[in-house]
Amino acid sequence: MSTSKEWPLWEVFIRGQHGMSHRHVGSLHAADADHAIKNARDVYTRRNEGVSIWVVEAARITASSPSDKGPMYDPARDKVYRHPTFYDIPDDVGKM
Amino acid sequence: MYAQMVKSTGKGVLAREDMSPEDRAFQDRIDAGEKIEPKDQMPEGYRKNLIRQIGQHAHSEIVGQLPEGNWITRAPTLERKANLLAKVQDEAGHGLYLYCAAETLGVSRDELFEMLHAGTMKYSSIFNYPTLTWADMGAVGWLVDGAAIMNQVPLQRTSYGPYARAMVRICKEESFHQRQGFHIMMAMVNGTPDQKRMAQDALNRFWYPSLMMFGPSDKDSVHSAQSMAWKIKINTNDELRQKFVDETVPQAEYLGLTIPDDDLRWNENTGHYEFTEPDWSEFHDVLAGNGPCNVDRLNARKKAWADGAWVREAMVAHAEKKAARKLAAE
Repeated sequence: MSTSKEWPLWEVFIRGQHGMSHRHVGSLHAADADHAIKNARDVYTRRNEGVSIWVVEAARITASSPSDKGPMYDPARDKVYRHPTFYDIPDDVGKM
Repeated sequence: MYAQMVKSTGKGVLAREDMSPEDRAFQDRIDAGEKIEPKDQMPEGYRKNLIRQIGQHAHSEIVGQLPEGNWITRAPTLERKANLLAKVQDEAGHGLYLYCAAETLGVSRDELFEMLHAGTMKYSSIFNYPTLTWADMGAVGWLVDGAAIMNQVPLQRTSYGPYARAMVRICKEESFHQRQGFHIMMAMVNGTPDQKRMAQDALNRFWYPSLMMFGPSDKDSVHSAQSMAWKIKINTNDELRQKFVDETVPQAEYLGLTIPDDDLRWNENTGHYEFTEPDWSEFHDVLAGNGPCNVDRLNARKKAWADGAWVREAMVAHAEKKAARKLAAE
């Protein structure tokens, strides 16, 4: 069978029981979105892992490139004043 | 080990100063314990090796359903049947996690299947042995899954992110497999004398094939060094095999069963058991396609693939029709 007929790849996101956001758990092949949800249920929630599933076709995801790591994230590195511990507050002030 | 005799593409491990600047930077990342992700720069050999290893691992999960599927309809109780069904379903899931991990390296699912069917990609030798009695379900869960866990636990720390994450999921699910096998063995050894004999017979037949799962002895394992440098293999074959024997012998004693090895003995000085190596000529023979069930296993996979072709095509046709209808309605 030719690979051009292969079912597209879907990325699967699941919300766990405890009010957390949906988290990426893996991927799978399916013919369309409904089919992807059904497959995700079988493949990724056999042990009650979630209460909600999102699927998105992998080809639709835009990702940042690993080679952009420097320009993307380095500027945040030296901005320590964005963290509360940067500011020294005397103990006398109490809990803040 | 589910991935035995994975052929390495490199010619041994290069010294650091002989590596290209890219490969050196890559090795530094590995040595620093960083995870490699799908789009990262990686040496071609690393990519190819991983496709072979993860592919073989995935095929083992899928083919591994067959020896146990053999007993689902003949399980002795409804509970045992539900347990076994859940276990076999897990193996399908594990195969799917691993295929997806392999696909992130640029190989397609269909290509992986085609290589399995053509015999150019292998699966673990263990699944070419027949499961003759219900006690074999106990032995397979206890020994085969036990050996697989021993191999897979360290692979949770493997350098390739998607593989490591798949292994975390698999390990979390797999300890139930070994326990359900041991549970079957406990029932058998506490049953009638005939049932206990069946349990011993299953251990006799699965002991050496289980030891073979870890692959050839380190001194004969030509592909290990590069894989270990790349951290796609964490322990040597002999280390894992020894660990398996050390853990399994007391379990057999608990069951009141005898390991089929007259030379098995505890060595106080080393703190390990001494044991007889499996027959490596049998191992190579089974891997070459001459085990008792090689032909059956591969034919079953090919038949499933061919028989399912119309379903795969129909699903695509249906999805295309639905999409066209939706577009027309807009």
